[in-house]
Amino acid sequence: MLQFLIRRLTGAVVIMFLIGAFTFFLFYTIPQDFAELACGKNCTPENIAVIRENLGLDKPITAQFWEFMGGILTGRDFATGHCAAPCLGQSFDTREFVWDSIIDRFPLTLSLTVGGLVIFLILGLGSGLLAAWKRGTVIDKAVSGASMVLSSFQIYFLGPIVLGIFVYSTGWMENPKYYPITEDPAAWVVGLLIPWAVMATIFTAQYTRMARSTMIEQLQEEHVRTARAKGMKKSYVFFRYAWRGSLTPIVTILGMDLSGLLAGAVVTEFTFDLPGIGRLAVDSSLTKDLPLTMGVMLFGAFFILILNIIVDLAYAYIDPRVRLA
Amino acid sequence: MTTQTKTEDTPAPTGPEAFLSVRDLRVRFSTEDGVVNAVDGLSFDVERGKTLGIVGESGSGKSVTNLTILGLHNPQTASVEGEIVLDGQELVSAPERELEKLRGNKVAMIFQDPLTALSPYYTVGRQIAEPYMKHTGASKKEAKARAIEMLDKVGIPQPATRFNDYPHQFSGGMRQRAMIAMALICDPDLLIADEPTTALDVTVQAQILDLLKDLQQEFGSAIIFITHDLGVIANMADDLLVMYAGRAVERGSVREVLQTPKHPYTWGLLSSMPRLGGDLDEPLVPIPGSPPSLLNPPSGCAFHPRCTFKDQVDAGLCSGEKPLLAAGRAAACHLTPDQKQSIFIDQIKPRLG
Amino acid sequence: MSENVTLPKQQDSSGPGNGGEPLLTVEGLQKHFPIYGGFPFKRQVGAVKAVDGVDLTVYPGEALGLVGESGCGKSTTGRLVTRLLEPTGGKITYAGQDITHASRKQLAPIRSEIQMIFQDPFSSLNPRQTVGTIIKSPMEVNGINPPGGREKRVRELLETVGLNPEHYNRFPHEFSGGQRQRIGVARALALEPKLIVADEPVSALDVSIQAQVVNLLQKVQDELGIAFLFIAHDLAVVRHFSQRVAVMYLGKVMEVADRDSLYTRPRHPYTHALLSAVPEADVDSAKKERIRLSGDVPSPIMPPSGCPFRTRCWKAQDKCATDVPPLVQISGNREGHLTACHFPEEPTIAARAEDVVLDPALAALEAERPAKD
Repeated sequence: MLQFLIRRLTGAVVIMFLIGAFTFFLFYTIPQDFAELACGKNCTPENIAVIRENLGLDKPITAQFWEFMGGILTGRDFATGHCAAPCLGQSFDTREFVWDSIIDRFPLTLSLTVGGLVIFLILGLGSGLLAAWKRGTVIDKAVSGASMVLSSFQIYFLGPIVLGIFVYSTGWMENPKYYPITEDPAAWVVGLLIPWAVMATIFTAQYTRMARSTMIEQLQEEHVRTARAKGMKKSYVFFRYAWRGSLTPIVTILGMDLSGLLAGAVVTEFTFDLPGIGRLAVDSSLTKDLPLTMGVMLFGAFFILILNIIVDLAYAYIDPRVRLA
Repeated sequence: MTTQTKTEDTPAPTGPEAFLSVRDLRVRFSTEDGVVNAVDGLSFDVERGKTLGIVGESGSGKSVTNLTILGLHNPQTASVEGEIVLDGQELVSAPERELEKLRGNKVAMIFQDPLTALSPYYTVGRQIAEPYMKHTGASKKEAKARAIEMLDKVGIPQPATRFNDYPHQFSGGMRQRAMIAMALICDPDLLIADEPTTALDVTVQAQILDLLKDLQQEFGSAIIFITHDLGVIANMADDLLVMYAGRAVERGSVREVLQTPKHPYTWGLLSSMPRLGGDLDEPLVPIPGSPPSLLNPPSGCAFHPRCTFKDQVDAGLCSGEKPLLAAGRAAACHLTPDQKQSIFIDQIKPRLG
Repeated sequence: MSENVTLPKQQDSSGPGNGGEPLLTVEGLQKHFPIYGGFPFKRQVGAVKAVDGVDLTVYPGEALGLVGESGCGKSTTGRLVTRLLEPTGGKITYAGQDITHASRKQLAPIRSEIQMIFQDPFSSLNPRQTVGTIIKSPMEVNGINPPGGREKRVRELLETVGLNPEHYNRFPHEFSGGQRQRIGVARALALEPKLIVADEPVSALDVSIQAQVVNLLQKVQDELGIAFLFIAHDLAVVRHFSQRVAVMYLGKVMEVADRDSLYTRPRHPYTHALLSAVPEADVDSAKKERIRLSGDVPSPIMPPSGCPFRTRCWKAQDKCATDVPPLVQISGNREGHLTACHFPEEPTIAARAEDVVLDPALAALEAERPAKD
């Protein structure tokens, strides 16, 4: 197990490095002088030269790259002060340290993800299991039908409708806004309720369908039949035998969704005008802010890789056959 | 299209001490393509401590019948009619809770493929101990001790250690032994073994078959042994039921059915099967055609499209009327007893060497 | 170099032991599948010794049966012979030509002469192609233009294997298992092969259908003089089909002999155990010996040293662990009857005074009771 972890973590570091290199060099294929861009209007050649030096743009590209990557481990010094490790550089645009911008935005993204996750896991898996348990009945048909319809909705469609009803026309709720949970938990909940609900609705529908279909598949497994033939109760067979087998596909999809959400729920953030990581990512590439783009990319990649490893560990926990392989 | 037959095919073949009796069992599945008549008017008895062999090819309804006994069919798609009486208790109409009490306790099952029939997620020991805890109310510790005793009995070396292994850590033969331990842990009165050795190698099959026979002597269980292999059944069973397309076509003791078979299908099975000691100059005589679709079974006798002797019967009888299976030693065929005997002696017997 | 492959003339198809030149010779054939693992860098840490020194000979027109239990390497041997797999060691000679490591190009002319029939008639036929296309494609690939055209030839082949030539344009799913296996046979026959490797050709079929396919293969062998390497686990089917039979265990040939010798005068303890284990449908058949081995076949990753069967053998001695017994004709055997055993059994399958019961559970249960019969 330890060997497995070490091997996977080493692999993750290598992949992060490759992603960084790819992003960095791809960015330089844009025919654009970043110094000119940072300078703005009314720019003199002198100003540009100063900016170029300040941003380190006068050095060769590879040197810049190594400097950037090195900064992640050791920190860097800029004209505006020391940037502690993990230093992801300084924004061309705002001159803020990238790491600080990310950390500033991350609580919102994390809140969106965690809140939505709790809701859609409970509702989605719950109704999926219910439908599988009541297979073929009216309940099953209602749940399956509803999830089919809802899963074809999109956040940018459902979001404005919900906002229109609850905020603009009735005024029952405020526009979604982020309050740190540490300061005011109640406001945190109320402020994010609408985005959570909208996001969770769509995910719930997907998880309902997935849970139902994998459970139905598992219930037809021979070992489930054996458990019934031993006289075990229907509920016991359902939750111990069939459910255990359904976990693997569910965990797989969950890992992918979760890493996607943590790396920035772009559509949700834009729909509800919330400044999270997703917004940061889009803005940075629109302003061609290289360090910021690099930072957000690596930050997202980090979650994807870590969740991948966690999912693999979960497989081993769920299925003893994986443990020994 | 089919001439409808009388509802009750067969009177009880039987003795007073029939432990399980199945009467006129009909199982239908509704599928997208139509209704499948998986079992169509089947009757048989199993006596205490005896072994009934059920032989048939894929689609003959032999496995479905036995899933139905324990109510393990899918109630949403299957409809079951008829009577299944186990030790005086009617099972077709019994509620799920009653069946749960019987399953694994009074009646246990062993399945074909022990790899898929055991859950990969739990230890072998836990899976064996579970039904014991459930049915006897034993504590975890008692159940573990009993499970280890059973593992030892079925020949798993170092049973106390292997108790904690997962099924994939067992070899094929050991898994089937574990299944047997699981089935016998509550000392059942009836054991239903559905092709228990089909997935095993021949030397391992021999071990498992002998083990089942020896354990049957010790536990005194009755066994319903389902297989497609006449060789295996000759070794295991006291009585034999030959099934074709959801119906019983021949019944008798193993000796009677294998030595003086009376049904053209049984003749076909025996003559198409190569034997170790058979005469090599005698070619195999296959049954022409293939088994019928149960979605749309042939009218009359389901075997008539493949039967080489149907022209000896009055025109239209075979395709028009389902032959009945009489009580006791019998074959469901329109040929007269004399015809059966002379065909067997003149044509079939020489083929069997 | 490969163009001049000539086949030995086969005037008489009496096959084995007729002193003719062998069609196929396999010597010391090995196939080891590597296992990777280790830390921190993956490397080969072992190998599955699927085939580990197999010697076989197939004469023109004869059927050689290859029997053994799962994992004995019989199917792998079949795939090596048809060169679907690359051998790890040993030598395969076809019609005098060494094809052990022959390249695609060198194999091209031979490919058409060695054909294969697979076990599963469902997955071995492309469901998107018509029967005609399936049977025709080997001719297209090999650029063969039979007189009268390929389609005519396909129709003839369908007739040969007992299918309606009108079914040319049907798809495999419209056929039953037995009929599909016939299509597989027709495909194998399309190139007029000299050798067909049949890998468990009937084991996926119902009993009543098996005989149809066995008879068809027998007809093909008799009428077209095609040699067969018939791989199966069913000893009765193999006996019915093959003139000579080889018994494999853990990647090695334990015993090979003409059919009669192998089935009535076996010498290797494993052959005895196998024959004794086959259940017979005759209630009153003459009593034969009863041998019940213990446990399952060991893993081919770490096969026992010396004789692979020694761990389950009742006659094993120290010598069996150290020396690999050679596959030779031991005294008392007929010509061509080879056995790889240091301590062979008597050449009979009659019941013994005392059963050999090695299975601990059986032994324990049977010891409790006074012996019956």
